[in-house]
Amino acid sequence: MAIRVQTAAFDPGQELNAMHAANAGVGAVVSFVGYVRDFNDGRDVSGMFLEHFPGMTEKALGKIADEARQRWPLLKVQVIHRIGRLEPGEPIVFVATTSAHRQAAFDACAFIMDYLKTRAPFWKQEDTPEGPRWVEGKCSDKDAAERW
Amino acid sequence: MIRVQYFARYREALGIDAEQLNDAAAFTTLDALRLHLLARGGVWQVLAEQNLMCARNQELCSLDEPLVDGDEVAFFPTVTGG
Repeated sequence: MAIRVQTAAFDPGQELNAMHAANAGVGAVVSFVGYVRDFNDGRDVSGMFLEHFPGMTEKALGKIADEARQRWPLLKVQVIHRIGRLEPGEPIVFVATTSAHRQAAFDACAFIMDYLKTRAPFWKQEDTPEGPRWVEGKCSDKDAAERW
Repeated sequence: MIRVQYFARYREALGIDAEQLNDAAAFTTLDALRLHLLARGGVWQVLAEQNLMCARNQELCSLDEPLVDGDEVAFFPTVTGG
């Protein structure tokens, strides 16, 4: 299991390839990559700043990954989340799971993203033409987490 | 002593990111501490928001979480990562 919270950019393709390297028991790799959009809630977004709670962030992500491991037979879990300044088009988050078979990897990846969205202490502040704006939490994210 | 941290929109609204409250015995739960802060009035009303989230010793918890001397707590708006 690997959790990384970092300001540096990452290459999703490289991270994905590393998921099954040196483990021929991996039959399935499922990944999710979240990117910064150039619009949100009807406003142009020219960039964003991602604030987090140092210490708690890593613990919260570790706990979510541990819970996924308890629920599904996973071989590897990788979570990478950017913090700090981000530009449109840049990857923010990478979640990948590997398993012998696809269903566990699919479900665990979706579970980790849904829990991350509602339980990991990150906050987005977008740059809009009217100035910086804090992104508000969505009910749909809460609903998505509650289905597990 | 209880250390309190504020994040994101709350940190901006309150103008501070952390403080220490000395009278730990007065705060038996996180909600008791929150009500103490609300009583300061003005900008502190932000802590009355319905979707406020909180943590005790870096774990998410509810407002009825008991507190003990030396705890570290945090208040923040709904998280928006991912």
